Amino acid sequence: MRHLLSAKDLSHDEAVLVLDTAAQMAATQSREIKKLPTLRGRTVINLFFEDSTRTRISFETAAKRLSADVINFTAKGSSVSKGESLKDTALTLRAMGADAVVVRHQASGAPHRLAHAGWIDSAVVNAGDGTHQHPTQALLDAFTLRRHLRDGRGDLAGLHVTIVGDVLHSRVARSNVDLLTTLGARVTLVAPPTLLPVGVEAWPCGVSFHMDDALAQGPDAVMMLRVQRERMSSQGGGFFPSGVEYSRLYGLDARRLAALPDHAIVMHPGPMNRGLEISADAADCDRSVIVEQVSNGVAVRMAVLYLLLAGSPDALATSQADDEARALA
Amino acid sequence: MRSPHDIARSAHDPAGAPITAYLLTNASPLGGAPTDVLLADGRIAAVGPALRAPDDDAVVLDAAGLVLLPGLVDLHTHLREPGREDAETVETGTRAAALGGYTAVHAMANTTPVADTAGVVEQVWRLGRDAGWVDVYPVGAVTVGLGGERLAELGAMAASAARVRVFSDDGHCVDDPVVMRRALEYVKAFDGVVAQHAQEPRLTEGAQMHEGVVSAEIGLAGWPAVAEEAIVARDVLLAGHVGSRLHVLHVSTAGSVEIVRWAKARGIDVTAEVTPHHLLLTDELARGYDPVFKVNPPLRTAADVEALRAGLADGTIDTVGTDHAPHAREDKDCEWAAALSGMTGLETALSVVQATMVDTGRLTWADVARVMSTAPAQVGRVADRQGRPIAVGEPANLVLVDPSARRVVDPQRQATQSVNSPYRGMELPGAVVATFLRGRATVLEGRLVEGGHA
Repeated sequence: MRHLLSAKDLSHDEAVLVLDTAAQMAATQSREIKKLPTLRGRTVINLFFEDSTRTRISFETAAKRLSADVINFTAKGSSVSKGESLKDTALTLRAMGADAVVVRHQASGAPHRLAHAGWIDSAVVNAGDGTHQHPTQALLDAFTLRRHLRDGRGDLAGLHVTIVGDVLHSRVARSNVDLLTTLGARVTLVAPPTLLPVGVEAWPCGVSFHMDDALAQGPDAVMMLRVQRERMSSQGGGFFPSGVEYSRLYGLDARRLAALPDHAIVMHPGPMNRGLEISADAADCDRSVIVEQVSNGVAVRMAVLYLLLAGSPDALATSQADDEARALA
Repeated sequence: MRSPHDIARSAHDPAGAPITAYLLTNASPLGGAPTDVLLADGRIAAVGPALRAPDDDAVVLDAAGLVLLPGLVDLHTHLREPGREDAETVETGTRAAALGGYTAVHAMANTTPVADTAGVVEQVWRLGRDAGWVDVYPVGAVTVGLGGERLAELGAMAASAARVRVFSDDGHCVDDPVVMRRALEYVKAFDGVVAQHAQEPRLTEGAQMHEGVVSAEIGLAGWPAVAEEAIVARDVLLAGHVGSRLHVLHVSTAGSVEIVRWAKARGIDVTAEVTPHHLLLTDELARGYDPVFKVNPPLRTAADVEALRAGLADGTIDTVGTDHAPHAREDKDCEWAAALSGMTGLETALSVVQATMVDTGRLTWADVARVMSTAPAQVGRVADRQGRPIAVGEPANLVLVDPSARRVVDPQRQATQSVNSPYRGMELPGAVVATFLRGRATVLEGRLVEGGHA
């Protein structure tokens, strides 16, 4: 693993390795001293062209717990509007000697360009690009699913996950369809037809326009996607008539919550629009793992940085990583 | 008599008398039986077996195995001057055109300032004449500033020294149906044609690539085929209603081909263009997010490519236009969404047409002459000078092609100032050996002939 650009890039075994590594990382995080020496002297740059405090501090925490030096580079605007081009920013980062660049960008494919245009040599981690991918989100979702529904081991074979909401604009949905199916789960997407991309029929998942029908299939987990209120206005694309109608047809409320199987969990990548795609009942219920997703995000991102910077996917087994292995044991 | 090896030196020789005669031996006009062709005093002086040069100054070119075509005519070139001389100039763009086998190009109007007045089109026309590599025919904007609201002074441009006959807001669609109707009607007064960039603007806001399976997966905003087809359908109906000529630029979808076929069957006076890149490349290329493959209209699916080839083969599509769109390096050396649309094409068009249409048996070389020279000259109303038959007395606007050559495209070595060729590193068949503009060689042995003109 040279970069992590897309959940699609991960094989089944690589994905399981990341989850296993994340589990070891998570175990260290219950200790009094959470910091590991693994990435001492390495530099991780968080390059955020888009506001996302949650994702940035998650990566920052992960890198710092591994003793890496962390630099936050918040580039307001982009070459689309004004300011420095992505290329010049990349050349600047190279000059600073970044070992890894964690990039969040509003343009789909921007991390791919960073990794492959020849501008930098660093490992690139995609922290969300446009409407394309957000692979560490999918990894933390898979980690959370595995922990609750598969005793924290192996893959997700046999699980059925229903993802509800604005699939069209969602990098979280794309990443999860790829990763969860790689890990053996079955995915059903639920959305109004306007919020599904043309071409979704080629995805390895089921698609439904009707949430109640989808929930009647008894999914093991329901993942609610954030829906931006602006999408209902004519300027925002006019994707649905009103928030009230959206909630009625696609919101997770108390009634739908009660229709879920007893063991099913409720997930949301955050930030939530309470009252739009998810009611307070659902967000705060016992089966909601939304807050745990956040803490799992740190462990998963530690695992990704560890695997990218401490060596190949086999790094855990090499002598070079013996210290770390002991630290993890 | 001089040998071909002396040609470059002779052509460079400022002191010597200008070369006025070329004897092409054993050339295959339109791919037919080999014969000799003598060019003298700017015209085709003789065609027949075993011709003899009229005097010792004539240059003899062994054209055995080479196909002789009328000089190519591009209805769709962006020369970028005035305004973006960092991407291309009339000089560099017309050098590229000559190397591509062209003897005439129509320069699109989306310059800065826009070519929407007699002054700007005359400026471009003069720059073309002074460069001297090909005939440059400026295209006039349909609306002021390409704004889509008010007709530009089409009559003034038609009456100018540039003698504009093709009008287009290319890069923008004339989307207001009333403005489009008025333009179609108005240009009838001087036998003009409106060349439409068919793109429904509301359906393509923020669009980045063809909307389909690939866009869904890689998360780039989709440019649906219907956004083109809806405008093509509207425009053929409008053209039929008012009895005007319509030229549809860069048809890119199977549905557009069907609509044009239907319109022609109804007797509507419509012609259609396809670009070389839409005959070869597909949306799969967007997967690497390299903006060199970003173009408008976007690369479509393999099924669309097949429909375009079939449409060109059966005559539904009349012309191949390059949509040569050079861009400064920084406008492509960035993330996909930030990049400008367009790709260069003048120096590769003939090879791509050979690869996709000739080598596949779908077009003969005579057909190539039709779709890349004769038909575009007729649409552009320059058929009295360009796109002529290869016959005695005709102006010697010609290109010699070696169909057996193969070459790997290297944008750095092209004459166009920009390097945004989507064929970079690709091996393509065919090579232009020589180009003649009114009997003067602009290209010999695949290289530009410098200083051969005033």
